[in-house]
Amino acid sequence: MTTLTEERTTTGKKLERRAARARRIREPRTDRIFLFCIYLLLVVFLVVVLAPLLYIVASSFSSPEAVSAGRVRFWPVDVSLRGYQAVFANPQIIQGYLNSLFYTVVGTIVSVTMTIAIAYPLSRRTLVGRNVVMTLILFTMLFTGGLVPTYLVVQSAGLLDTRWALIIPQAIGVWQVIIARTYFRTAIPDELVEASQLDGCGDLRFLWAVVIPLAKPMIAVVALMYAIMQWNSYFDALIYLKNPDLFPLQIVLRNILILNTTGGGAVDASVVIQRQQLADLLKYSLIVVASVPVLLIYPFVARYFTKGILIGAVKG
Amino acid sequence: MATLTTVRPPAGETPGRRPRRRRERPGIKGFRRSLARHWTLYLLMVVPLIWFVVFKYIPMSNAVLAFKDYNVIKGIWGSPWVGWLNFDLFFHNPVFWTLVKNTFVLSLYTVAASFPLAIVLALALNEIRTGLFKKTVQLVTYAPYFISTVVVVSMTILVLSPRLGIVNEGLGFFGVPAVDFLGNPDYFRHIYVWSDVWQTTGYSAVIYLAALAGIDPALHEAARVDGASRLRRILHVDLPGIMPTAVIILVLAVGNIMAIGFEKAFLLQNPLNLSESEIIATYVYKTGLLNADFSMATAVGLFNSVINLALLLIVNVIAKRITGNGLWS
Repeated sequence: MTTLTEERTTTGKKLERRAARARRIREPRTDRIFLFCIYLLLVVFLVVVLAPLLYIVASSFSSPEAVSAGRVRFWPVDVSLRGYQAVFANPQIIQGYLNSLFYTVVGTIVSVTMTIAIAYPLSRRTLVGRNVVMTLILFTMLFTGGLVPTYLVVQSAGLLDTRWALIIPQAIGVWQVIIARTYFRTAIPDELVEASQLDGCGDLRFLWAVVIPLAKPMIAVVALMYAIMQWNSYFDALIYLKNPDLFPLQIVLRNILILNTTGGGAVDASVVIQRQQLADLLKYSLIVVASVPVLLIYPFVARYFTKGILIGAVKG
Repeated sequence: MATLTTVRPPAGETPGRRPRRRRERPGIKGFRRSLARHWTLYLLMVVPLIWFVVFKYIPMSNAVLAFKDYNVIKGIWGSPWVGWLNFDLFFHNPVFWTLVKNTFVLSLYTVAASFPLAIVLALALNEIRTGLFKKTVQLVTYAPYFISTVVVVSMTILVLSPRLGIVNEGLGFFGVPAVDFLGNPDYFRHIYVWSDVWQTTGYSAVIYLAALAGIDPALHEAARVDGASRLRRILHVDLPGIMPTAVIILVLAVGNIMAIGFEKAFLLQNPLNLSESEIIATYVYKTGLLNADFSMATAVGLFNSVINLALLLIVNVIAKRITGNGLWS
């Protein structure tokens, strides 16, 4: 008997406590501990991602002697700009930088134009044949001819060792076509097309005067995607280019950073050591110089990038 | 192709939704009418379509090279047929199993490491209130995604360098002698995978964060009223909420296992770690473009493409079973 009543009171108390917990606005202690662990976890993520970046940046602003002696951690030692001076005194790097700028600007313009030219017609519901074309385009995502067959096409098109080899073979991204087409379909109401047609506006004029201004945010995202891809790519240059004057920055980076070819013959021991030290330092500064353009613009586009991923995620 | 949501817009148009609008009519007649009406749009598509034919479909037909003994003078179509000889040679090449194994292990390891971590990061970010800290973590973890592969590999080499690298310095602090990480094949896979995790986790988390934002807040409130702790809400509300997205992403990743990129493996390669770092893509590049054995390289590439296509098709069936929705319609 007594145990039964006791049990009843304890369950009653439990219920009461639970009710009180539900009413309470403050979080229970276990939750607060859990939240603390989550913050801790996020700090770990932050530190792990940030540490190598900080190390590189700190080294790039240090003196060659400090870098070679391995004295740099996460803060510059003997602050100097000699690494950057060496970077900007290197004609190879400057040439690569300018080439990359050219490829990025021209490549992006070509890519965006081509993407809109194919994506907009495919977004129009009254266009017969659009599903066939779309299927043909999507199929290229599933199956490719491969490296050598593509190389042979580029070769027979006479693009080898020309600037166009980096722009034309990669001009259209299927992913970007899907994003653009989905955007055109969802953001441009059919009523707008019908109204413009009643007013005697042709398809091309409608595209130019209505669709493109309305689709500016999407076009910006697609353009930035192409631009970042073009700036960061090196594979096409590796296989299609032989002439060093045409090399984009990434190939120059590979030659200097990974293959360790800085050039210049040995003179005497002290000069060699100095040169070796400067070559070490130059790598860090070069990494910073090469990544800064992309890292400067990405916080502004990160938001749209996310949106782009999501637009592309809706089935085309 | 890739879908992250399970929402399927109706195929074509919804019939009867707008009865006034003239619908497309299939067949030659419908096409002629459409051509007359939209000829400028068709004209607009011509150049991109030629591009697709030249740079995507002609290479596909060029893949016939795999069954031929390529001769530069005779050209692709004039070269003599050799049937399955190139494939035969490749399958009996001792390097074959090494390549397949390296490719598979490297991609599976990458998926196994990066898939759960992205979910963990997204769940953790979702738990804390919007503020400066959350924004900072998101922005910083997202940043490496925008850095080029060449730079990431260079950073990896510098950080792990036996002479100057900060990792070896840290090890030296504990009395461990310097390790030549890149010269030892045992470390190659770990270096490859964890530098990849470093680069892409923040980016991958974005997709899950979007899925988490789509979860009905009423579910969380109901769980709170019922006295569910934060951990329980993550396990019973958040995780089931992102499950469809996670399944699709996992399935896609598995389907693309043979399509593992050339760039990074090639850049991290050196003669010392070749036994682990040589994958199909790098082998194709070396035989095809460096040794100019076009037919063999095409055969290996074709083998890779076919396996990849088969994997994608299988995976699509599985995805349909699990989520009731394929990767593509």
